[in-house]
Amino acid sequence: MAEHSVITPLPGTFYRKATPESAPFVEVGDRISADTVIGLIEVMKQFSELTAGSAGQVSAFLVEDGDPVEPGQVVATLEE
Amino acid sequence: MTQAINKLLVANRGEIAVRILRAAKALGIPTVAACSEADADSMAARLADEVQIIGPARADKSYLNVEALLSALQRSGANAVHPGYGFLSENAGFAEAVVQAGAIFVGPSAETIRRMGDKAEARRTAQAAGVPVVPGSPGELFDLEAALKAAESVGFPLLIKASAGGGGRGIRLAQDAAQLAEEFPRAQREAQTAFGNGALYLERFIGRARHIEVQVLGDGQHAVHLFERECSLQRRRQKIFEEAPSPVLSAAQREQLCSSAVRLTQALGYQGAGTLEYLYDDSTGEFFFIEMNTRIQVEHPISELITGIDLVQAMLRIAGGEPLGLRQSDIQLNGAALQMRLNAEDPARDFFPSPGRVEQLIWPQGPGVRVDSHLYPGYAVPPYYDSLLAKLIVHGVDRDEALARARLAVEQTTLTGMASTLSLHRELLAEPWLQQADFHTGTLETWLAARRAGGVA
Repeated sequence: MAEHSVITPLPGTFYRKATPESAPFVEVGDRISADTVIGLIEVMKQFSELTAGSAGQVSAFLVEDGDPVEPGQVVATLEE
Repeated sequence: MTQAINKLLVANRGEIAVRILRAAKALGIPTVAACSEADADSMAARLADEVQIIGPARADKSYLNVEALLSALQRSGANAVHPGYGFLSENAGFAEAVVQAGAIFVGPSAETIRRMGDKAEARRTAQAAGVPVVPGSPGELFDLEAALKAAESVGFPLLIKASAGGGGRGIRLAQDAAQLAEEFPRAQREAQTAFGNGALYLERFIGRARHIEVQVLGDGQHAVHLFERECSLQRRRQKIFEEAPSPVLSAAQREQLCSSAVRLTQALGYQGAGTLEYLYDDSTGEFFFIEMNTRIQVEHPISELITGIDLVQAMLRIAGGEPLGLRQSDIQLNGAALQMRLNAEDPARDFFPSPGRVEQLIWPQGPGVRVDSHLYPGYAVPPYYDSLLAKLIVHGVDRDEALARARLAVEQTTLTGMASTLSLHRELLAEPWLQQADFHTGTLETWLAARRAGGVA
């Protein structure tokens, strides 16, 4: 099985939830499609959605909710 | 029990931290910069006598973290805190905690911050001081009959607002009584569903409003104004281009507006620098108080340029127990000043944020030009905070000279390494409507939408 890396093109802060009270967009083990939102990147107080970019099953998150990210960093991996 | 400031902690970042450090240095006050880990290499960190790291990049763990700031205060031995703008600057709990720690909060009392931070209370306080507020229904409305009666004094067009709403949600427009009769029940149902509370109130709708605000200073006993600023050019309620004085007020209107602001400031026993925001109705010449900001504002430099008064130094002096030492008659309006905000946003990509590393940096020079910025060549603008990079500020004998200097200043500026709103200002300054001051708070967004549709960007 091929592995797909979800990469953030933006620097900022990564969030797995829409609000601190919400459930995460996706969990490890979820089957998702290419356009599924897996998290938000906050950059300079603006929020951008991060989509999976490929269909598959979420195998891991490499970044915790609320952690800083750099452009090109792998946020999560999927089994295609 | 006033005490002098013997060391100042700056609880902010970016250009305002640099601005506060400069004022403190001019007064001979030793300084401490409170910095997040992401700002350890910032200009404020370089300029301050000492640096205290208060936490990781995220604002909620650093610049918004009261405990971290209090412990930095204690470690550094500073006896005063300047909160700047944003972050904890209008947080009454923080102001209280600083005072309880035995230090000076550079700003008004926690009680005043709390009072003016509560919209309804601020409105009542303004009315009691004889300051006009946007006409509205006196209390909550629960039926159409009461609404129609209230509408007689509010006047049309008006807005139907949900008591429990906020941030623009739950608002309907009614042009006349017939429309009010139609919309009121709908608004009630909507408010009940959305907020679990069907209570509504009415407020006059001002279609073509200008945003005009008055800068005030008080020492707890006396208050003065430093004239007004007009900040009508906004995008998503963020000011982009500001000027002082407003180009549309007559001397008599200016006097009326500014003296109303002083009345309210005086009534509050206000201590420090503050700004009273008003809506000005172009069609009737009426002005209405909307809120008071109990802190220094981003656009304060234009007031400094037209009056020759250093507001941040004044804040520090007042906080250190000095009397204001200024009478209203000492403050003269001299010329006109403009401020252009350079943000790390790309006007060609719908203002998408554009953090990056500063490559080439050349600031404008010449008479009447001031730049407030925390940038230096090689500086990496972090993505964690707001996008303000610099403020280009110009002063001239009149508005025309200020506009000419603004054009020159924009042309002389070079900033590479990230997209910025510099190009937006170049375009704006070429617009006849801007030169003629023919604008209101909706103008910039309408212009931007037309520009997008026209394929310019």
